[in-house]
Amino acid sequence: MGKNTIIELKNVEKHYQMGDSIIKALDGVSTEINKGDFIVILGPSGSGKSTMMNMVGALDLATKGSIYLDGENIENFTESELAQIRGRKIGFVFQTFNLIPTLTALENVMIPMIFQGVETEKRIEKGTKILKKVGLGHRTGHLPGELSGGERQRVAIARALANNPDVILADEPTGNLDSKTGKEIMKIFTDLNKKGKTIILVTHDLALAKHAKKILKIKDGRLEKQS
Amino acid sequence: MKNHLFLAFTNLKRRKLRSWLTILGIFIGIAAVVSLISLGQGLQNFIDTQFEQLGADKIIIEPESFGPPGSVSDEQLILDDGDLKTIQNFRGVESAESILTRTGVIENKKEQEVVFINGVSEEYINLFDGSDFVEVIEGRQIKNSDNSKTVVGYNHVYGNIWENELRVGSSIEIKGKKFDIVGVLRKQGNPFDDNSIWIEKETLRNIFEIGNEEGIIVAKADSGFDVEVIAEGIRNELRNEKDQEEGEETFSVQTSAQLLETFSTIFTVIQAVFVGIAAISLVVGGIGIMNTMYTSVLERTKEIGTMKAVGAKNSDILFIFLFESGLLGLVGGIIGILLGAGIGKSVEYVATVQLGTNYLQAIFGWQLIIGAMTFSFIIGALSGVLPAMQAASLKPAEALRHA
Ligand SMILES: Nc1ncnc2c1ncn2[C@@H]1O[C@H](COP(=O)(O)OP(=O)(O)O)[C@@H](O)[C@H]1O
Ligand SMILES: [Mg+2]
Repeated sequence: MGKNTIIELKNVEKHYQMGDSIIKALDGVSTEINKGDFIVILGPSGSGKSTMMNMVGALDLATKGSIYLDGENIENFTESELAQIRGRKIGFVFQTFNLIPTLTALENVMIPMIFQGVETEKRIEKGTKILKKVGLGHRTGHLPGELSGGERQRVAIARALANNPDVILADEPTGNLDSKTGKEIMKIFTDLNKKGKTIILVTHDLALAKHAKKILKIKDGRLEKQS
Repeated sequence: MKNHLFLAFTNLKRRKLRSWLTILGIFIGIAAVVSLISLGQGLQNFIDTQFEQLGADKIIIEPESFGPPGSVSDEQLILDDGDLKTIQNFRGVESAESILTRTGVIENKKEQEVVFINGVSEEYINLFDGSDFVEVIEGRQIKNSDNSKTVVGYNHVYGNIWENELRVGSSIEIKGKKFDIVGVLRKQGNPFDDNSIWIEKETLRNIFEIGNEEGIIVAKADSGFDVEVIAEGIRNELRNEKDQEEGEETFSVQTSAQLLETFSTIFTVIQAVFVGIAAISLVVGGIGIMNTMYTSVLERTKEIGTMKAVGAKNSDILFIFLFESGLLGLVGGIIGILLGAGIGKSVEYVATVQLGTNYLQAIFGWQLIIGAMTFSFIIGALSGVLPAMQAASLKPAEALRHA
């Protein structure tokens, strides 16, 4: 493990029980992710991309193998310890944005800070600043329903950045956007990466792979080759 | 916590009418509780003041049949001068006097009214010295020498009994005999007292040709004696003299505390009914809240997954959902308090305006309001415990896969 490694997967397997049979959604995945990487996990639907993201993002525990975040094996962590790690170290961006419809853009961005105990004034100040950074300074008081898809995804990215995490995990972030808006969103990720954020992007879209510094091709729960 | 409450609160905004209807049970339940307690408080106040007026040292002896209806003749069902003597001479009784009551027609010029006519003595009035019952707001009280004087109830002068106004100095007629009004009694707040008139007892006895009957006897216990013990002693003594078996007496002996207990007893029955309604409604409301909370957890599964992804611990989710169901209960409670206040005040209105009594005043203290709000929040929160636990225990990865 190199000194810049922030996430390491060692022979990770994830099994799901489906009736009588067992699905190996991940089947012996090993990889290292270094600080400042821009990684695209590329694979067809059902290949295990989201499952791998869940492992990397501490949303779920592996059936076999080990996962290290900042050198710590997360295997024996409690659910609330994992929640703390997710809240502080990782920012999630989803295909369907997953904003809370009754909260304004700013309030949505403030949620991760609430769970880290950030004070209200500080939250408003930071939230507003981040929304400005993603180009939504004029939309802070809008509800998600009043925003376009691209704007919603920007709010979601701002939310992912709320606690200034090292890593951003994005699962098909452009999947629900038209190609022009998708490009704008990808630009935000490349900019963030330039400023030092580690980006892990999951997609089935080969066209997005060109942004990557490193591509992990996945098929049937196995990484094909690393380039 | 403040933030969890905020998140819970914003979740209420998206609730549909259907889920609000489920709190119907809560507000019916709370309304029942609030109206009940407010009226109970009012009744308790009434009883307390009556008790204070009557005095803790009084024993009231009244004719009353305990046997089956018709088993006692009207003649047997009276207390007479002998009974009064017995009571006056009973050890521990400081004094005892009677009040005789008849219904009779009184005439004021061309008008006539049927009212209660009470025959009292100076001694009887002195028994209640200082209490509102015997206080005159104008003129003076009855004296033993007053054979053609009357003291009238409040409504005769200030109510709307008469077209032709009466006041101190006017006169009325009973059975053709003229009585001058020498005083007006203080308002008692019920038509039985406020519409009645008082005359001297022996005069009443003469006009209505009452023999040795003594009506209702009030005894005052000597200080230093236990009122209950004396009451029991009087009961035994009278029973012996009248040669009656226990449980077949033609009279009742009650201390003022026991007398007022009757009010409480009636109210306790009403209370039991209301508490029943309240309990059923609250259970129904609680189940309704639980049901909508389960629906919410299902509908918001993905959101719960998202919250967990951005750092919410199980306990964070638990509190958000508990607060939400608590707030649902609270909203039901607030509507219930308003409804309950409406019911309480309506009952008070009927009691005072329609029936002319002041027994049932609805009293709302801030303790009642705060208490009812807290209670409804807790009912709501308790109803939400299971759904909230389900929400809290959702696995983040699986919750996020939810449509
Ligand atoms: N919670 C689960 N329960 C059962 N099967 C699952 C679960 N999550 C994923 N799978 C299965 O694991 C495989 C990989 O799924 P996923 O990681 O979502 O693929 P991708 O994101 O690449 O489309 C699929 O066959 C999927 O049906
Ligand atoms: Mg997927």
